[in-house]
Amino acid sequence: MNKIAQTLAILCGLLVVTSPALAGPEEDRQAMIKHFKDSYPKMDQATFIHGALAFNQDALNQYKSIMEFPPYGEDMDKAEKLWNTPMKSGKTYADCLPNGGKMIAGDYPLFDNAKGKVVTLEMAVNDCRTANGEAAWVYGDPKTMGLLTAHLRTLSDGMKVNIKVEGPAALKAYEDGKKTWYARKGQLNFSCASCHVYGAGDKVRSEILSPVIGQTTHWPVFRGGTNLVTLQTRYKGCNASVRHVGQDPGHEAWNNLEYYHSFMSNGLPMQASIFRK
Amino acid sequence: MHIKHLSGAIVLAASIVTPVFAADPPKATLSGKDIAFQLPKGNCLACHSIAGGEQPGTLGPELKDMKARFPDKKELAAHIADQTAFNPYTAMPPFLKHGALTQEELDKVVDFIHGL
Repeated sequence: MNKIAQTLAILCGLLVVTSPALAGPEEDRQAMIKHFKDSYPKMDQATFIHGALAFNQDALNQYKSIMEFPPYGEDMDKAEKLWNTPMKSGKTYADCLPNGGKMIAGDYPLFDNAKGKVVTLEMAVNDCRTANGEAAWVYGDPKTMGLLTAHLRTLSDGMKVNIKVEGPAALKAYEDGKKTWYARKGQLNFSCASCHVYGAGDKVRSEILSPVIGQTTHWPVFRGGTNLVTLQTRYKGCNASVRHVGQDPGHEAWNNLEYYHSFMSNGLPMQASIFRK
Repeated sequence: MHIKHLSGAIVLAASIVTPVFAADPPKATLSGKDIAFQLPKGNCLACHSIAGGEQPGTLGPELKDMKARFPDKKELAAHIADQTAFNPYTAMPPFLKHGALTQEELDKVVDFIHGL
């Protein structure tokens, strides 16, 4: 009897171990690419880094024109100054972050096995701060964390998104993020996927819905010119649009969502910070 | 499974930047057309083309020939009340089930939509 139980336990264990290989993150990403290939066979998915603009050449041209002399130039000057301001220990963020903060944004969010959780680039910044005598910033705050990352992320312009999901704990976090992506929320009952997978390219009123692929490559954005919005602040905004009170930026559910969400953009080049209307 | 195939009315989605009438409190005397055209109630126009409406969305099909599509008005009402009962993949909000519309508002908007 014990042997039967043992055999069953081993078999169950094998199933748990082998099932992710059947439908893992890379399979999810390939399925997403196929979905958009089926929906928009003539589109080059590399253009999805421009979000909804990829579906409207006139709007894309206007965007490119605005980006030649962006209205948030002063903010970017402040962001660079903040980046270069030493912390209480005398060290700078460049001293603290891997590779001096250059060409690293595409690796985030990453799964930190020692911590047992997803670590976003913003969390790495706060880890730097607390290790160097400063208080942690509030995630999503446009004047501190948002502003600093507006500069930090430009140091990774051109880097390709390179999210890795390795090991069962990382996979669990990825799956949690995926579940959030597909979960319907709010009185209006939308999931992220309702608009940005199944509805991408369609219009809601005059606004085109952006595709999930490419969405994480260009944050923060300056909406309307100077209103800095981080990716996780946008998550909360999306929730509000469907009449759901979402978590604040920095919540583990958002970190896991960002992990899944970023994986869908693997291989695409990053560019920060950018204009959005 | 693409949303374009689905029928019914949908409210706003994530990317609306400047919701029209978002700041106005709902009036007690909204007509069926008001409900269909405006936030924060039905806003069918967010996703459906409707004769007389400007800047319609494209997430759902055009709302026309409704009497031919739904000879029984009650069936149309059921779709607007909870489209997820007909198609679990729909993006259309379950307006009555989730309380986005009251029964009275639903009746008004059904009258209006059925007349298209």
